[in-house]
Amino acid sequence: MEEKYIKHKYDPILPSKDEWPVVKLARERKEFVKKVSENAQGRILKLTSNNMEILKEELETTRYREKLRIKQNPWVVDPDDEGAFWGKVKESLLHASSETSLSKKQREAIYKEILESITSRYSEEIASNFKHQHYKFIRSVVTFGFARLLNAARVKGFRSIFSNQYTLQDKIQITGETDQLRDLATKGTIVMVPTHFSNLDSILIGWIISVLGLPPFIYGAGLNLFNISIFAYFMNALGAYKVDRRKKNLVYLETLKTYSKEAIQFGCHSLFFPGGTRSRSGMIESKLKLGLLSTAIEAQRNNYQEGITGISGKIFVVPVTINYHFVLEAPSLIRDHLSITGQERYYKENDEFSTSYKISKFLVKFFTKGSDISVSVGRAMDVLGNYVNEKGESLDQHGRVIDTSHYFRSGGKVTVDSQREEEYTHMLGRRIVEEFHRINRVFSSHLVAFTAFELIKAKNSKLDLFDLIRLPEEEIFIEYEEFKDACQRVYDQILILRDQGLIKIAPHMKRSLEEIIAHGLDNVGMYHAKRPLIRNKKGQIVTEDMSLLYFYHNRLHGYELENLF
Amino acid sequence: MSSRTFSDSSLIGVVGVGSFGTVIANMLAEKNQVLVYARNAEVVAEINENHTAQGKSMHESIVATQDPQQLCESCQTIFFMVPSSAFQDVARKFSPFLQPYHLVIHGTKGLCLDLPEGQSLDEVKNLDRNRILTMSEVLQKETVAVRVGCLAGPNIAKELSKGQPAATVIASKFNEVILEGQRLLRSEKFQVYGNSDIIGVELSGVLKNIIAIAAGALAGLGLGENARGLLISRGMVEMVHLSRALGGSVKSAFGLAGVGDLVTTCNSVNSRNFTVGYRLAKGEKLPQILDEMEEVAEGINTVKIIKGFLEASDLRAPITENLYRVLFEDLEIEEALQFLMKYPFNVDVDFV
Repeated sequence: MEEKYIKHKYDPILPSKDEWPVVKLARERKEFVKKVSENAQGRILKLTSNNMEILKEELETTRYREKLRIKQNPWVVDPDDEGAFWGKVKESLLHASSETSLSKKQREAIYKEILESITSRYSEEIASNFKHQHYKFIRSVVTFGFARLLNAARVKGFRSIFSNQYTLQDKIQITGETDQLRDLATKGTIVMVPTHFSNLDSILIGWIISVLGLPPFIYGAGLNLFNISIFAYFMNALGAYKVDRRKKNLVYLETLKTYSKEAIQFGCHSLFFPGGTRSRSGMIESKLKLGLLSTAIEAQRNNYQEGITGISGKIFVVPVTINYHFVLEAPSLIRDHLSITGQERYYKENDEFSTSYKISKFLVKFFTKGSDISVSVGRAMDVLGNYVNEKGESLDQHGRVIDTSHYFRSGGKVTVDSQREEEYTHMLGRRIVEEFHRINRVFSSHLVAFTAFELIKAKNSKLDLFDLIRLPEEEIFIEYEEFKDACQRVYDQILILRDQGLIKIAPHMKRSLEEIIAHGLDNVGMYHAKRPLIRNKKGQIVTEDMSLLYFYHNRLHGYELENLF
Repeated sequence: MSSRTFSDSSLIGVVGVGSFGTVIANMLAEKNQVLVYARNAEVVAEINENHTAQGKSMHESIVATQDPQQLCESCQTIFFMVPSSAFQDVARKFSPFLQPYHLVIHGTKGLCLDLPEGQSLDEVKNLDRNRILTMSEVLQKETVAVRVGCLAGPNIAKELSKGQPAATVIASKFNEVILEGQRLLRSEKFQVYGNSDIIGVELSGVLKNIIAIAAGALAGLGLGENARGLLISRGMVEMVHLSRALGGSVKSAFGLAGVGDLVTTCNSVNSRNFTVGYRLAKGEKLPQILDEMEEVAEGINTVKIIKGFLEASDLRAPITENLYRVLFEDLEIEEALQFLMKYPFNVDVDFV
């Protein structure tokens, strides 16, 4: 029964685009940005306990870091007036601190004014530029264009480019709790949290949201992606707001969080990649970036404070995993991972999506090569990680209906306790990781990569990871029979885990073991120049790239399967 | 429902009226209305009519009930003071009535096991950390309460009931739980510290019971203060290593609930764990000792669980291992002592 992939197209849950929260938000963009800026100021003043000395220090640090950033790490997307703006901030700061004739009150007013100018600048920069016309256009480009490419690749002959034999949904399989997601999206606000392995994920998820008939979600996309105009166009059309990872100052981070929180409260369905960036190691994210996650909890508490206790004010967290046989960026991701964990080294944000040419090359490669992708949608949870039923009510571990607002109560009323919410954010993060593992779908390629790597590791038990990866590839081989036995053991354990509901398996994993292995070997990292795993002429299993093998093996990390070796 | 739910916010619940539960209920009753839960109808009647619980006097304002629902609906803060052997059952009993707004603080220094259905400790081969639960983990697993805390420290019930000065630690990840515990319990004679490392504090309280049995055994053998000093310091090292392996922080082992409680229990003839060791050394057999005790010595069960955990990990804990052999495999205490004296601990401190 779980083989049933969703193949039909859903009707939109909100047929009229005017009802889409993201369209409403775009209409009220100006007021919304203003509101974000004001609330961010409030938060920052509260964080600095309304102490002007601390505020002054924060402003000065912010200014200093921004100056440094402009000098050391400028991007195309940066506006031209940045230098002038921060120069003015510097002047005002200097004025406030050196002018002796100012009273304490006046000085305060100046600092607050500076703060306001910075938060409005930041909120304006972060805010999305959603345009419905563009969205429609992009959606048709993605579905139509990619379907053409797909057919061209799979059906032989030139005319196949006009064939409709394959659709995108043959390539990208959607499984899981899609009906619940659609249903809850009409009732409350969704926060979708997918795993993140490839830059393709943003587009993929955007497309899936549209296939499921959901209105567009807003999400934070790295500002670096806006460097390239075609990507900027894509991102804006999909409702993305901008996240600049270079800016780590308090004022920026608070403005960003306020933006996310206000958008959720506004009723916009949102998307976070809770791992922050792409998983460098290929493991399912186990440590989540909690900053944005905390905004979902805050928004929920705010709704309760404002008396919106019904389902319309409820926020649902929906974990999603995306499973690939092949991650284009794997070689550079794993290189980054190894150099970060291996030695202290300055690490610069860079990626292979740096030019339009490279992106197009990637997209063509991706859609013309037959490597399947599956997306599994998990059960919806409340912001504390409790599952919810069809009415959107939260359930405790025994299935009893509970009231989520009770988590925010003390002494009988909803209270603000930031330490409490911080702890709740940790709890939610742990629950999401748990759900990721549960809805993760094992592919044949994951099985073979995992088994091969663990076998090699077991044979070289004296070596640590880094020495292991430096082993000369030509010296590594595994006899097929041995490999098959080991695969059987891992496979059996995976089935046990599946029966316990701790993992899912793809339909192709129900064939015979021989077939699974063959399928896995064919598919694991299939388009890398150096293949992570192949069978040589003697029938032995060999690798051409240990670190890639390690990357694909990591997908099954966290299930204690390594204890089998 | 809601009007009933939040009716009397000053009412504090206490579950369990053993010696420690009774003392805590009495201390809470100094400042607040207290509702206690007892399983047994006679005990409930005894408290409500005579203001005593199994002979120990109880504050006159304390009311008892046998109904978990009533207790959960009238109290927002609840103290669970039941032995670890009954803890899971009690948590399950209260689970249908507990709500996410409840603050739950427990005072149980023991461990529970989360085993596959129908299996006992002896049948489980790999007793890994996931199968061992501290009491706060039991509460979170069985109930919907998340704002949980624990109460631990050198708190011998007899001394507390006499009103002698003492202190305790309330540990919780939630500041509001610590503050609430302090608000309710702090008095001129009772100091309350806070700690955010709840697992570390729980483990300190649990692990020190093992050392307390050993201390009792040394006393029973008639050995002196040098031996006790040796044991306490080596026991401390063992506690730190075990606690760390089970997810506690080293810091908490040096706090009131760690070294504070350890020293107290290792010197106290009032301690049940100490008494078990003492009587063993005098030549009595374990089943007989346990039969004659009114309340459980948590340390016995702890030794068993930790032994199982040691087997599944590559850790060594010589005091616990040898104590296990004395308790369950009829090793003579003298032999165990000999073994420990020869054990190659040559580094004094290796964890700071």
